[in-house]
Amino acid sequence: MEAPMFSATPLNRRSYRSQSVAKAVFCLMTVALVIPVLLILGTLVVKGAPAISWEFLFTAPTNNLTAGGIFPALVGTIWLVVVALLASVPVGVAAALYLSEYAPDNLLTRAINLAIVNLAGVPSIVHALFGFGAFVLFFRFNASILAASLTLAVMTLPVVIVATRESLQAVPHAFREACWNMGATRWQTIRKVVLPNSISGILTGVILEVSRTSGETAPIMFTGATAYLAFLPESVFDQTMAMSYHLFYIATQATDVPEELTYGVALVLIAIVLMMNAVSIAFRIYLRGLKKW
Amino acid sequence: MVDGVGQEQPRSANFGPLYEGPPIIEVRDLGISYGGKPALRDASFDIYRHEIFGIIGPANSGKTSFLRALNRMDDFTTGMEVRGSIHINGKDVNDWRNLYALRSRIGVVFPLPVGLPLSVYDNVAFSPRLRGIRGKAELDEVVERCLTRAALWDEVKDRLDSLGSLLSGGQQQRLTIARALSQEPELLLLDEFSIAVDPVTTMRIEDVLKDLRSELTIVLVTNLVQQARRLADRTAFFLTGEVVEIGATEDLFKRKVQDERTTGYLEGRFG
Repeated sequence: MEAPMFSATPLNRRSYRSQSVAKAVFCLMTVALVIPVLLILGTLVVKGAPAISWEFLFTAPTNNLTAGGIFPALVGTIWLVVVALLASVPVGVAAALYLSEYAPDNLLTRAINLAIVNLAGVPSIVHALFGFGAFVLFFRFNASILAASLTLAVMTLPVVIVATRESLQAVPHAFREACWNMGATRWQTIRKVVLPNSISGILTGVILEVSRTSGETAPIMFTGATAYLAFLPESVFDQTMAMSYHLFYIATQATDVPEELTYGVALVLIAIVLMMNAVSIAFRIYLRGLKKW
Repeated sequence: MVDGVGQEQPRSANFGPLYEGPPIIEVRDLGISYGGKPALRDASFDIYRHEIFGIIGPANSGKTSFLRALNRMDDFTTGMEVRGSIHINGKDVNDWRNLYALRSRIGVVFPLPVGLPLSVYDNVAFSPRLRGIRGKAELDEVVERCLTRAALWDEVKDRLDSLGSLLSGGQQQRLTIARALSQEPELLLLDEFSIAVDPVTTMRIEDVLKDLRSELTIVLVTNLVQQARRLADRTAFFLTGEVVEIGATEDLFKRKVQDERTTGYLEGRFG
């Protein structure tokens, strides 16, 4: 018998059921993902918030790190991040520009691209030992902000390169061809059409790099971070305290540190990272509004 | 405008003597293939200065590939191989050291319009600026002239600052034409320029192309055989990579053809 028009066939009903199941499973997974995040943040806020004060942020630690604030570590983290950015952003953006806009698509460039992805997968402790060997010993920077930042820069280079390359490739190829057809060189095309339309993605990558750099501990352990310093660093050749290393140290090495203090440091560190991510997201939303095609 | 179609004079009567001087483009034994798959074979012909050279033929017959070879876009197309030779102004296109100089003298309009993500003004001023024109007044003049010729000026003159990439499809197509004209090219390559343009505007642009004939040479690839008839001095018929026939456009349409397949295509008996 012929079914009336527009009534659901058994196939329709089966598709509908499986689509409901799929939706439920995906939703469940998302919840499972959100729960640990909320637990971590909740614990940190509940246990760490009492320690936070202006004084905590802007004074140095005292009594063998069992009291006082975190100011030198905050300043040190800013030093490390800024120097690491100065080293990695120019190199990373230039490399991505070359790979995406100039390099022919051959075995060598594919190998290089693969190597960059692999570089991102190298454990940070390996980067730390490389940085120690290369920058501290070989280049004789000793344990210093410079050595630590360069180690961080090497480690985060893939983030910059991949983010830049992807935002460059998000610019439609037709725009490039249109420019080339008018006799524009590759560089003129990049400067006038490609870069202005990919700068948002590049900056997002840079901000993500900042958040990653400020949280890393292993790479700076042997290369420039120190547990306690009475003064603020004055040049890139000084050692420095850093938030991430400070947290590691008071949590595992120092004795008699009040729990509240440790949680307070962790809360500030994660707040810095989250703030950076928020800035990055806000920035991306803002720039998406300016999108030109 | 539209009324005049179909009762035109033969080309020679409209435009005076054809084929003056040496050819601007000499194609010899040209073969184009993509990853070993041939797109055009053994093409040899000349295109003369100040003519409109029409190329007709069904899809996949090598028309667009030929245009791409003319301005050396094979450099940007992986797997595209070009054999044989193309001379433009007597110089082999493969001998141009500075490809950018070659391309800047060839205006190209491809079927899918590309409005650059710049303002309408900057789209048209792009090429003049590459040539080093900086003066505001001079740029203004070029922009207005090119947009007018592309039949777009009236629609955009009040919003030259809006984005070229946000114009409608047909407007972007005319913007692309304006941009090609702004190069002040010696050679204009049009590939299905009217595909996204309404018939009335198409006629306006066609009129402009006829006027431009005195300044430059036009290679017109078109699927509309009547457009070739209206515009082209000579027309070539490409079929699956073979140049079947080249002749004065009127001869082709008056069935003075050498190859049976040409008649078949012109009469729409192709399948």
